[in-house]
Amino acid sequence: MYVEKGQVVTPGELLAQGDYYPDLNTFRNGELVYSTMMGIFDFRGNRLSVVPLKHCYIPFVGDLVIGKIVDIGMSGWTVDINSPYPALLPATETASRERGPRRESQRLFAIGDLVKAKVLAFDRTRDPLLTLRDRGLGKVTQGRMIRISPSKIPRLIGKEGSMINMLKKETACSIAVGHNGIVLISCESQQSEEVAFKVIRKIGREAHTHGLTDRVFEIIKKELKGEKVVKREDT
Amino acid sequence: MKKLSKEKIPERLIDDNGIRLDGRRPEELRPTKLQVGILENADGSAYIEQGKNKIMVGVYGPREIHPKHMVLADRAAIRCRYRMAPFSTEERKNPAPSRREIEISKVIRESLEPSVMSEYYPRTVIDVFIEALQCDGGTRCAGIVAASLALADAGISMKELVSACSAGKVDGQIVLDLFDLEDKYGQADLPVAMMPNLNAVTLIQMDGNLSRQEFEKALEMAMEGCRQIRNLQAEALKKRYQTRLEVEKPEGVSEGAK
Amino acid sequence: MSTTPQGPFGARLERSSILELASRNRRLDGRGLTDYREIKIETGVVEKASGSAQVTLGKTKILAGIKLEAGTPFPDTPNEGVLTVNAELTPLAYPTFELGPPGENAIELARIVDRNLRESKAIDTAKLCIEPGKQVFVAFVDIDVLDHDGNLIDASTYAALSALMTSKMQNYKVKDGKIVYQEGFQRLPLNNYPVPVTFAKIGKTLMVDPCLAEEDAMSTRLTVGIEKDDAICAMQKGGMGELDSNEVKAAVDLAINKSRIIRTLIMETAK
Repeated sequence: MYVEKGQVVTPGELLAQGDYYPDLNTFRNGELVYSTMMGIFDFRGNRLSVVPLKHCYIPFVGDLVIGKIVDIGMSGWTVDINSPYPALLPATETASRERGPRRESQRLFAIGDLVKAKVLAFDRTRDPLLTLRDRGLGKVTQGRMIRISPSKIPRLIGKEGSMINMLKKETACSIAVGHNGIVLISCESQQSEEVAFKVIRKIGREAHTHGLTDRVFEIIKKELKGEKVVKREDT
Repeated sequence: MKKLSKEKIPERLIDDNGIRLDGRRPEELRPTKLQVGILENADGSAYIEQGKNKIMVGVYGPREIHPKHMVLADRAAIRCRYRMAPFSTEERKNPAPSRREIEISKVIRESLEPSVMSEYYPRTVIDVFIEALQCDGGTRCAGIVAASLALADAGISMKELVSACSAGKVDGQIVLDLFDLEDKYGQADLPVAMMPNLNAVTLIQMDGNLSRQEFEKALEMAMEGCRQIRNLQAEALKKRYQTRLEVEKPEGVSEGAK
Repeated sequence: MSTTPQGPFGARLERSSILELASRNRRLDGRGLTDYREIKIETGVVEKASGSAQVTLGKTKILAGIKLEAGTPFPDTPNEGVLTVNAELTPLAYPTFELGPPGENAIELARIVDRNLRESKAIDTAKLCIEPGKQVFVAFVDIDVLDHDGNLIDASTYAALSALMTSKMQNYKVKDGKIVYQEGFQRLPLNNYPVPVTFAKIGKTLMVDPCLAEEDAMSTRLTVGIEKDDAICAMQKGGMGELDSNEVKAAVDLAINKSRIIRTLIMETAK
C-alpha cells in the first residue's frame, strides 16, 4: 500500500500494488489499484476504498429522500430528488385513497411542494420510483431546507444515529435527513432553528474531520446555554 | 472594422543565450496557478492562470439530459463547450461561436472522455463549460487542465486526471508550452493531453513542420510537461480539500443574534 | 417572441419563508431592506483588454471587459464614437443557463446596462472621434456572468462602469488616413458615473439587491439608474407583478441615496 488510512487522495492516484481488492471508488489495472475519486482513503483487510468528498446522489432502494414536485402527470408526479435521475411518485403510492383521474390527483400536491418519500425501486434502466406509504412520509408543510453533499449524510446521521440524535435532543428540533442530501429542520424557536442550521452546515463542511461530534455539541451548548428560548412569533 | 495591430512581428523568438521572449528557457513551463471550487452554482469548478492565460471552468453533472434524444442508454453523455470571451484576445472576438471554438470544444471533449467513468452514470449528461477570459496561446491545453480539476471537484468518478501541455518548434529549437507569439510566429505547435499515471495520450494535434526526430523530442517534452502539471493539479485538489478540513475558529458572536 | 417562463425554481417552502419574513420586513440572510450585500470590485484583471473589472456581489460574480477598436461611425453621428454592450449568461453561472445565442434575459441585461451608460452620457463619445465622418473608436463593453446569485443588473453595470473608468487608450496619430500608434496611454474620457439600484417586490415589501432566492420569490423587479447629479437616467420594471406609483417614487428616493454610496465605492476602486 502506498497510501495511509485517512489520507486525501485524488482520482488516478496509485493506492496499492499486489493482492488487494478494489472496493468503493477504486479500480484495478493489472497489479495496480487506483482511486477514482477525490476523497479519503480507507481499507479493511485487503479491501481498499475511497470515501468521496463530494458525490451526486444515486438513489438506493429504501432511502428516505426529500424531494420537490416539478411536474404533474396522468399517473403521478415527477419529483426532483437532487439526483441526475428524476423520480416518479405514482398516484398509487400515496397514502391517500384518491385514485381518480388526474384532476383529483392534482389537488394532492402542487408544483414546488416538498415531500418526504422513500425510494421504492431503482435500476440502471429506468428512473427511480418513490412511495409515500410509510410512517412519517408525505407532504412537508413547515420547516427550513438545507442542502449538503449526499456523501456527508452518513456523517450527519452518525454511527447508529449518534450525531443526529444528539442534534435533535440538544436543539429540541425536528430534523428529517434525506439520503439525497436534503435536510429539513423544524423548531419551536427561531434561535434553535438558526443554531441547528448553522451546525448542520458545519457538519456538511467538516464531515471528515475528527472530534466533530464533540465540537458540534460544544457549539450548541454555547449558543443555547442560558438563553431564554423565545417562542416563534405568531404571524 | 479595421484591424488594430499593435503587434510587431518579432525578429527572433529565442536569443543567443537560449532565452525566449518571455524570459523562459526552452524546457520551462509558464508560471501556473490553479484554484479549485471557485464557483458557487456549478457542481465542480476550477480556474487556471498560466502565463497570461486565464480560464474558468464550470462542470454540471451528472444531471438529467435535455434534449432527450441525446441520451445514451449505458453511459453518461459528455457535453463540452469552449468559449473565448470577447475581451480575451488582442482583437475583440465576436461573441458568436467560431469554427475554431467548435473544433476545440470537440477535441477537448474527446480528451476528457477516456478519463470519465461514464458507465457509472447511464442516461445522464455531464456538462463541461470552459470560459477563456484571457488568451495567450495554448488555451486548449490550459482548458483541459482546469476541466479535469473541475470534474474531480464535482465528485465525478474518473480513472485518472487529464493533464495537457504543448510543445513546438521555435527558431529551430524544440520548446515547451508555447505562448501566443511563439504559436503565431513559430514553426510547429504540438498540443498533447494525457492521463499521466496511465501513460495514455488522449489528445494530440500538430500543425507546422517537424522532422521525425524533432517530433519525438517534442512529444517527449510535452508528455514530461503533462506530468509536471499533473503534480500541480493534485496539489490544487488536495489544497482545496485541506481548506475544507480545517476546523473553523469558534465564532465570537452567534449568527442568529442580529 | 417572448414567452412566460416556467415557474420559479425554489421550493414552495423556501419561497413562503421568504414571503413570511418580508411581511415582517425581514430577510433570509438577516440584511435590512435597504442593505446591499458586500460589493467587491477588482479592476485590470484582463490585461489584454483595454479595461476590465470583476465584481462580486454576494455570490454573484461578473467580469466585464472593454475593447476599444477603430471602426466607422453611425451615419447620423459622424463625429462620435460608438458604444455597444453585450452580455452573456454563461452556462457556468447557473444550471439552467443554456448554450446558444443570447436569450431575452441576456439581451435585456445588456440593454439595461447600455441604457445606464448611454443616457447618462458616461462616455464622452466626441473624444472617441479619430477622423470625423470616417473613423471613430468603438467601445465594446462585454459582460460575462460567471456565477448567479441574484441582481445581475446592478453587478453588471458596476463592473462595466469600473472597467470603463480604468480603460486605457493607446496614444495615436493619424497619418494619411491610417492610425499610427505611439508610446503611452491615456485614460478613456468619462463624463458621468451612472449607478443603478435594483429593487425586488416581495409580497408588499420592497427591498434592494435581491439574492437568487429572493428573485425567485419576488413578483416584480424595478431598476432605477441614477447619474452623478442625482437625476434618473434609466429605469426598468421586470417580472410579472405590478407596482403602484408611491412604490416607484419611494424607490427613486432610496435609489438616489444608495447610488451615492455605491458611486463612492466604485470611484475609490477605480483610482
